[in-house]
Amino acid sequence: MSRLPTTFIFGVVVTLLFIFTAMLAPLVSPYSPLEQELYAGLEDPGTEHIMGRDRLGRDILSRIIHGARVSLTVGFVTVTVSVVVGTFIGAFAGYAGGKVDEVVMRVTDIFLAFPGILLAIAVMAILGPSLNNVIIALSIMGWTGFARLVRGQVLSLREREFVLAARSLGASDLRIVVFHILPNVVAPVTVEATFGVASAIIAEAGLSFLGLGVQPPTPSWGAMLAEGRQFLLIAPHMTTFPGLAIMVAVLGVNFLGDGLRDIIDPRE
Amino acid sequence: MKAYITRRLLLAVPVAWGVVTMVFLIIHMTPGDPVAIMLGESATIADMESLRSELGLDKPVLEQYAKFLLNVVSFDLGNSIYTGRSVAESISTRYGATVELALASMALAILLAIPLGVMAAARKDTVVDRVGMALSLIGVSMPSFWIGPLLIIFFAIDLKWFPVSGRGGVESLVLPAITLGTAMAAILSRLTRATMIDTLGEDYITTARAKGLENYVVLFKHALRNALLPVVTVAGLQLGALLAGAIITETIFSWPGIGRLTIQAINARDYPLVQGCVLAIALSYTFVNIVVDILYSFVDPRVRLR
Repeated sequence: MSRLPTTFIFGVVVTLLFIFTAMLAPLVSPYSPLEQELYAGLEDPGTEHIMGRDRLGRDILSRIIHGARVSLTVGFVTVTVSVVVGTFIGAFAGYAGGKVDEVVMRVTDIFLAFPGILLAIAVMAILGPSLNNVIIALSIMGWTGFARLVRGQVLSLREREFVLAARSLGASDLRIVVFHILPNVVAPVTVEATFGVASAIIAEAGLSFLGLGVQPPTPSWGAMLAEGRQFLLIAPHMTTFPGLAIMVAVLGVNFLGDGLRDIIDPRE
Repeated sequence: MKAYITRRLLLAVPVAWGVVTMVFLIIHMTPGDPVAIMLGESATIADMESLRSELGLDKPVLEQYAKFLLNVVSFDLGNSIYTGRSVAESISTRYGATVELALASMALAILLAIPLGVMAAARKDTVVDRVGMALSLIGVSMPSFWIGPLLIIFFAIDLKWFPVSGRGGVESLVLPAITLGTAMAAILSRLTRATMIDTLGEDYITTARAKGLENYVVLFKHALRNALLPVVTVAGLQLGALLAGAIITETIFSWPGIGRLTIQAINARDYPLVQGCVLAIALSYTFVNIVVDILYSFVDPRVRLR
C-alpha cells in the first residue's frame, strides 16, 4: 500500500466527524432541537439559522446534529447485534457442518427470500414505531448476511493446517473456533460491518420516512425528510439538508468500507 | 433441461412455504396485539373480543396456521377490515402499476450502468474510472426518499417538465423510475466494471487486439458479451428487490402500486391487507429469483450441472 486513496481518507474523516457530532450533539448544536418558534415557521436559511427552520420554527441544523445520534445509535447497535448473532450462528453451522449446517442455511435462505426492507416494515407494523423496535426490526434482517459470510469462512478455515495442528494438540472445539478460527474472520466481518452500518442508517431513515421509525419530536433524518415533503413547494430547504446529511454520512461510511476492503484484500 | 427446471421449481416449494410461515409468525408471534393496534386505545374489551373471533385469532395457534396455509394456497387472503373488499382483489388491481415501475427502473438502470461500467473498465485506474466509481458510490449512498423529493423540486416544480405525482402517461413514470433505479444503476455499473476488467484480461481479448481490431469492437463485441452474463443475473435478481424498494418510491410519488397499498394498510392498521401485501411482495420476489435462475441456465448451461 503505497498511498491511501483520497476516498478512504474522506471516509475516515466523515465517519469520525459523524461520530463526534452525534456524541457531542448537545455541545455543538447552536439551538435546542425541540425549541419551537411558531412565528418563524419555514424560515429560509439565513445568517442566524444557516439551514433555515422547519414548520414549527425549530432550527434545522440543530435537528440534523441531534438526528445524527439516532442514526449512529441505530447503525452501530443494529450492526453489533447482527454481527454477534450472525457470527455465532454462522460459526456454529460452518464448524458443525452436515445436517446442522444444512438446516441453518435453509433458515437463512428464508430470511433472504424477503427483499430488503420489507421484513423490517412488516415487523415495525406489528411492533409499533420506536427506536428500540427499529433496532429489533433491522437486526432481524441484518444477521443473515454475517451468518453466511462467517459460515463460508469457517468452512474453508476448518480444513486448514493450523486448525488440524490445534486439534492434534488436543484443543477443544470451542477453543479451536474461538482462538484459532474466529480471529481469521475478523477482517472480512469488519468490512461487511462497515457497509452494514451504512445500510442500517439508510434503512432507519427509510422507516422513519414512512412513519414507522422514530417518533416525533425526536429528530431523525428520515422523519425530517417526510415532514419536508409536505412543504416541497414553499420550503425546499426542509428536504435538502436532512437528505444531504444522510448522503454524506452514508457515503463516508461506504468509502471507509471500500478503503478497508482494499487494504485487507488488495486483490480486489 | 427439463430435469433442471423441475428440480429448481421443487426447491422453491420449501422456500415459498418458509416465506408464508414467516409472514404468519411475524403477524402472530411478535409481541404486540394486532387487535389492540387495529382498534386503537378507545376500544372496549368486547370490541376486541369480537374482532379477534372474526379474524380467528382466538383459535389455537396451530389451527390458525393450518387455516392460513390453506387460505394462501387457495388465494383467499381474507377481506380488508376497512373497505371490506377481498385482499387478493385489492392487490391484483395495484400489482400492474408496481410491475410497470419496477421494469422502467430496471431498463433505466441498465441503460446507464453498462456504458458507465464499460468506460470505467476500459480506462481502469484513470480519472474516468475513479470519477465513475465515485459517482456510483454516491448513487448507492443517496436514499430514494431524498432523490425523489429533489427530482420533484427541480423537474416537476421548477421546470414543470413532469407531473409531481400520480400515474398517467409515460411522463408520470420518468421521475419515479429515476428515483427507484438510481441505486440499481450504481450497483450494476460497479459490477459491469469488475466483470469487464476480468474479461479484458483474457487471452482471446489479447488475440482480438493483436488482430488489429478497433478498440470499440473489442470492448463491445468481444468483451462485453461475455462480461454481461453475471450483470444480467444480478439485474434479474434485483428486479425482485425493486418490488420492495417500490414501497418508498410509490409513497413519494403517490404511485398507485402495491407498495403504497402496503403503507396505507399499515397506517389504517388493516392487518389482513398488510399480511396479504407482504406475502404478495415476498412471494413475487421468490418467484422472480426462480425465473432468473431458470433463464440463466439457458444462457449458461454449466449452471445446470451444479
